[in-house]
Amino acid sequence: MTNIIDFFIRHKNTLLFIFLLLISLGLTFQSHSYQRSKFISSSNAVSGGVFKVRNNIESYFGLKESNHRLINENKKLREKILNFQGENNTYIFPDTTGFSANYTIFNANVISNNYSKLDNYILIDKGGKDNLEEDQGVITSQGIVGVVEKTSKNYSRVISILNTNLAVSAQLKNSEHFGTLSWNGGNPNVVELSDVPRLAKIEKGDTIITNGRSLIFPKGIPIGNVINYELDEAEDYYVVQVRLFNDMTNIGNVYVIRNNSKEEIENLNYSDE
Amino acid sequence: MSNESFINIGRFVLLVLLQVVVLNQINFLGYVNPSLYILFLLVLPINYPSWQVILLGFLLGLSVDFFEDTGGIHAAACLVISYFRPGLLRASYGLSYDYQTMKFHDTSIKERLTFVITMVFIHQLVLSLLVFFNFSHIILILKNTLFSGIFTVLLILVVTSLFRKAKR
Repeated sequence: MTNIIDFFIRHKNTLLFIFLLLISLGLTFQSHSYQRSKFISSSNAVSGGVFKVRNNIESYFGLKESNHRLINENKKLREKILNFQGENNTYIFPDTTGFSANYTIFNANVISNNYSKLDNYILIDKGGKDNLEEDQGVITSQGIVGVVEKTSKNYSRVISILNTNLAVSAQLKNSEHFGTLSWNGGNPNVVELSDVPRLAKIEKGDTIITNGRSLIFPKGIPIGNVINYELDEAEDYYVVQVRLFNDMTNIGNVYVIRNNSKEEIENLNYSDE
Repeated sequence: MSNESFINIGRFVLLVLLQVVVLNQINFLGYVNPSLYILFLLVLPINYPSWQVILLGFLLGLSVDFFEDTGGIHAAACLVISYFRPGLLRASYGLSYDYQTMKFHDTSIKERLTFVITMVFIHQLVLSLLVFFNFSHIILILKNTLFSGIFTVLLILVVTSLFRKAKR
């Protein structure tokens, strides 16, 4: 017995080291697996608060640019409205009494953004208090950004499209052929669309959009355009390199999309099984 | 609580904040970020018991992980260097470590450089290995280790020399 105690005392440093190393490696493995890491997350009050203070200061330096971005977006939306009116010749007054809107959009600010690792996350300054929930899509005016992964009261952690654990269903704009969009490290502006059937007609410059298959993103959110494509080893499917419309290293304001009919659709699927 | 503990706590908080608010946003060439926060472990008094250093290293890394959403990679990297710290100190400083007389600033530049460089590169290597977590990215891992390591060593030398002058 004394030998055992002696052993512990003599090797207490090594034992402590191994014990703590196992804990930290456990946390690391957890963050790398799709099984989401719940323990260590920046969406807590302390780190969220610190990042928010930094963002408050930083955002002043980007005011001109964000104004510019908003004006461009407004312009695009204006054009859409005008063309829409032109088709119908009458002004549309939306009748909100008959049906509820399918999607609700929340706006949020990015307060911390990573893109240099393999598994990147984005922190935004809205949380459960503002009706944000897990598995809601996050976009900007230019394209998709990621999916809400975890919310706290005031902050949410978004799993970035630049994360090897995230896969989004996407399709070509001019046909219905779809594939899986993922990222495997490297250039923060290029992602990969795999499993596109060989029958699909692809050309460089084609636009890739989301398809409404998952309940996360509505159909038609722009993603990027094709810069290169080739057949995979089995020569059955195309692997397409896509350049994102979004500059992932520079995002300020984002929109979070809530699918209001998600619950209903999910219930329908469950009742089927 | 002694005066020294307060200084150490202040240094801990300051370095973690500096790391997560400023340094991790640099992304020089897209991926190079210096890890100045391990300066805390470098300048800890050498007569601290090892288990305390290990525990402090773990806490230091974990607090950076909290901000960075990186699981436990900073904690693991800091643990490794705080575990090997006594051995590296002995290897770099030789006899003066055994007598426990020297302080970080009073040593010769050669000895200090050996110590800083070995500590930084071990930390950086563990960090990059765990970040990429895949041997198919080995070139990227080594590149990242090399550049971030050089960046960190330079920054640590600059900061330590700045603060030494301020004290005198």
